[in-house]
Amino acid sequence: MTDKNIKPERKKTTKDIFIRLSKYVLKQWPLFIVALILTLVSNQLSLLGPRYSGAAIDAIEAKGGVDFDSVWRNIAFMIGCYVISALLSYVLSVVMLHLSQRIIYRMRKQVFEKLTTLPVSYFDTHATGDIISHLSYDIDTINSTLSHDLIQVMTSIYTVVGSLAFMWQISKPMILIFALTVPVSIFFTRYRSKIVRPLFSARAKKYGELNGFAEEMLTGSRTISAYGMQKVISSRFNKINNEAMDAFYKAEYNSALLFPTINLINNISLTLVAIIGGILYMYSQNGTVLATSVFFITLGGVAQFVQYSRKFAGPINEFSNILHEIQSAFSAAERVFAILDEEPEKEDSPDAKELKNVSGDVCLSNVTFGYTEDKTILKNVSVNAKKGQTVAIVGPTGAGKTTIINLLMRFYDYQSGEILIDGIPSVNLKRTDLRLAFNMVLQDTWLFCGTIYDNIVYGRKDSTPEEVYAAAKSAKIASYIESLPDGYNTVLSDDGVNISKGQKQLITIARAFLSKAPILILDEATSNVDSRTEIQIQNAMTELMKNKTCFIIAHRLSTIQNADTILVVKGGSIIEQGNHQQLINQGGFYCSLYQSQFM
Amino acid sequence: MKWIFTYLKPLLLRITVGITVKIVGTVAELIIPFLLSYILENVIDTNDINRILLFGALMAVFAIIACLGNIIANRMAAKTTMIFSTRMRKDLFSKTLYLSARSTDRFTIPSLESRITSDTYNVQNFIGMMQRMGIRAPILLLGGTIITLAMDKKLALVMIATLPLIFIVVYGISRMGVPLYSTVQQSVDGMVRVVREDAQGIRVIKALSKVDYENDRYEQANLALKRNETKAGIIMGVVNPIMTLLMNMGIVAVIGVSAYFVSTNQSSVTTVIAFMQYFTLISMAMMSLSRMFVMYTKCAASAKRISQVMGQVSELEEIADDGKGDKSLHISFEDVTFSYLGKSNNLKNISFSLKKGETLGIIGTTGSGKSTILRLLMRFYDVDSGVIRINGKDVRSYNREELTAMFGVVFQNDFLYADSIEENIRFGRDISSEDIVSAAKTAQAHNFITSFSEGYTHSVSTGGTNLSGGQRQRLLISRAIAGRPQILILDDSSSALDYKTDANLRQALSQALPQSTVITVAQRVSSVKNCDLILVIEDGRIIGCGKHKELMEKCSQYKEISDSQMGGAFLD
Repeated sequence: MTDKNIKPERKKTTKDIFIRLSKYVLKQWPLFIVALILTLVSNQLSLLGPRYSGAAIDAIEAKGGVDFDSVWRNIAFMIGCYVISALLSYVLSVVMLHLSQRIIYRMRKQVFEKLTTLPVSYFDTHATGDIISHLSYDIDTINSTLSHDLIQVMTSIYTVVGSLAFMWQISKPMILIFALTVPVSIFFTRYRSKIVRPLFSARAKKYGELNGFAEEMLTGSRTISAYGMQKVISSRFNKINNEAMDAFYKAEYNSALLFPTINLINNISLTLVAIIGGILYMYSQNGTVLATSVFFITLGGVAQFVQYSRKFAGPINEFSNILHEIQSAFSAAERVFAILDEEPEKEDSPDAKELKNVSGDVCLSNVTFGYTEDKTILKNVSVNAKKGQTVAIVGPTGAGKTTIINLLMRFYDYQSGEILIDGIPSVNLKRTDLRLAFNMVLQDTWLFCGTIYDNIVYGRKDSTPEEVYAAAKSAKIASYIESLPDGYNTVLSDDGVNISKGQKQLITIARAFLSKAPILILDEATSNVDSRTEIQIQNAMTELMKNKTCFIIAHRLSTIQNADTILVVKGGSIIEQGNHQQLINQGGFYCSLYQSQFM
Repeated sequence: MKWIFTYLKPLLLRITVGITVKIVGTVAELIIPFLLSYILENVIDTNDINRILLFGALMAVFAIIACLGNIIANRMAAKTTMIFSTRMRKDLFSKTLYLSARSTDRFTIPSLESRITSDTYNVQNFIGMMQRMGIRAPILLLGGTIITLAMDKKLALVMIATLPLIFIVVYGISRMGVPLYSTVQQSVDGMVRVVREDAQGIRVIKALSKVDYENDRYEQANLALKRNETKAGIIMGVVNPIMTLLMNMGIVAVIGVSAYFVSTNQSSVTTVIAFMQYFTLISMAMMSLSRMFVMYTKCAASAKRISQVMGQVSELEEIADDGKGDKSLHISFEDVTFSYLGKSNNLKNISFSLKKGETLGIIGTTGSGKSTILRLLMRFYDVDSGVIRINGKDVRSYNREELTAMFGVVFQNDFLYADSIEENIRFGRDISSEDIVSAAKTAQAHNFITSFSEGYTHSVSTGGTNLSGGQRQRLLISRAIAGRPQILILDDSSSALDYKTDANLRQALSQALPQSTVITVAQRVSSVKNCDLILVIEDGRIIGCGKHKELMEKCSQYKEISDSQMGGAFLD
């Protein structure tokens, strides 16, 4: 991949990503608030249960034998609590599910919509599998964190704050222990995160590469098996797979340190609580510490403090346990946001003109272009095609013929010169209008997974079924389609076996027949169609070209010969220009090409 | 799921050691709260600072053991997961490449792709999580149950009675969950399909301003995925509340029963109180088990999808040769009939033969079955009837390696990948740079390659999008001939070349590979007219066969094609 996207851009900090992710969550604020309330209530309820069980036990222990009435009553309360709490926790999980699914759905939608606004060059320089990886693996990772960990973090905050308040009431001096150990935990977590985060980012990137490679090679699986190259390709896959798994291991290895260490710090805190609490109790007992002193503590106080300490430490432990999931979600989010922040196709300028009732005058003047700055593909190309004229582009492969088309359609923007459509510079037109003025059939046929009918009607959505059938008939593909058991409803699946490349091309030609655009581009439009069929569709093609400005790249003389203007492109420049007769008379490159076919 | 164990087996020692370390760490961790309550109940009261410090130190020791145990065990688990996952994905990818063309068609590429990626990640996550979190819960569960049993058998049995119920619920939901997650993965396939198609067809989409339409198409896939994930989540979300509820009902039952026992002096209140504490431990373990269970369901669905690919048996078995072949012929088709879908025949009664070094041209209308002949010769599919022989031996009697080693081939829409030009020609084979240059010269590619400033190291982008159609074709031809194949197959692979280059190519080929049998499928008569044998195909049948001159006389369709092209052909 060419790395021209490595712009000197500000590195996204964890904070930026956190804020951006939070915005997604807050956008769903009604659900989020419901989830919060449910969390609080079901937590409260789960605390009530033990209270009733305590009461029931007290009733069992009652003086003068078991107080069965009270036992049953409390048991009934317990059952009530547990049933309601189970219901609530189910409702909570459903709410969280909807919350996370909405966020994920929106993210996937945004990424895809973003993709469709990106310039063609993005797709030329990024592996399809890597693009897919953003939408599948990365967003999936964010999903599992949202649906599992979000609620956990929320509950943690509640428990931590609550326990801290109780601990404050019991013994202020002992809280100092945590004032010491908690910052250590925070500092350590931050320190480890700095080390681990890049490792998770590297992992997400490697997974993307792995997906990219797998996609690319699966696309070529037939060729690979024809050459018996499975072993070689597998060994390349293994290399990438090993790298990805190595990145996985490194991230896991390093993050494995965090949870046990935080746990250790918490356990040390507990130990300190036990020791200092014990000593304070001792001094409180023997009167060294007065009952009015803040250091005074009872045995019950020590026991309670220990219990709340454990409650307090629990969520911190849990948090450090899920932190690596949160980190991998952050790395995934980083990749997702990177796509969302990609530079889209330059927006139409605010004063961009609408293009209506195009007559079809196309004029290129002194157009210069290169895909990269350092290599010019086209130099000072000038062409003038009036409405209804046909321009044929001829020249050795790689001379820049297809590039002219890329520029006409504004898939790429030229560096200097001007392209005028109906006298208006194409950069000043709305892209959609500009592109809709063109109808094109390309050498690389593109059909999507859908019915044949859908693939043809793609050319113009408001076509009637009759128009679709007529288009298929003109493209000489109708009888084939009708011979299929499902006819026009036959679903074309990926690289479908039953359809040859020529037939695919005929379907794209049928698609083009539906379009009413005034400018037509035919780039090797019939290269895969046999010549008999080609002759058969010739009339329809001529009909299609009538009154339209046409740009044709083709081998076959018949079309070229009749063109109003023939451009001979070589090495990025137009070396000859004129109609057939003029060029033959010139006796130049075109003439020698023309004569070679009779040799 | 069973196949997973075959991958875990070689790692058994590592896993056992890892789990042992994990158990030591976990037990040390679980001892800490016991020590703590012991200190509170028995040590503090003694007013002996040294004892307090001693027990404090003991706690610290256990805390350190727990910490080290967990770090080491989690790191070992990461390693195990890494080895497991690397091997699994390696085998799956390799298996995918070896799938027959029919199987690949059936699975579809987007689905195979998400099986190699998304599904293997699911399994990998589960294996990793099991080792990290799957130890603590069973220890708590087992330890808790044993202690409660030791304390009071009857009460413990009341609690244990809820376990079968829990098991039934979990089993039932799992039965529902696996198909649900399979559907989720299918929706992932659907989404991958749209994204993949659109990434490939972005030019057409932009040209036709179909962005909204594609957004709609994606919307369908996205919505389906959301719907199916929500559905699976709603069902699986039942597990945790029901498990907790059942456990809590167990507590309620214990209290109820103990009230009766205490009243009849069969049990004491202190036992009940202690019982409750262990019960909380046990239900915490159940909670964490329920989360693992959801992961398991997801993993099982993915594992099934992976095993569908892994378990795909090769449909193209080697069979014994009948020995009836004529050894003097290089290639022969004897009355071959074939159908892709088993409905109408795509090829009917095809017979022809070629001697070594001869050239065959195949010409015919679009969709007439030209490429199918080639696919059968290379044995991507097996014939329905008839025999295809190479060197007198049935192609079905060769092993794959022998067979593919004979061919050099360029398909109609062949693939180039992101790597240098040289590597794209070499294609992983052991071919020297000199041979690559000479192949490129024969294929008329050398000139344009050297016109790049980086020459042969010039990098090709995925799918060769940075090359023109004619350049792509010449690279592919270079690749095909660089291996000096016995049989060279060119399936409409010079359609983007101008006539002059095409003619030069044909001439160079016959000089460079005089021993090779060359099969050319083409649209142009000029590409095949010098062939030793030309087949004219229509609707899967041979309607004309012979040399150019003969066909011009006796095959009207051929003459029609030829006439239409003479003088009507030109350059690109």
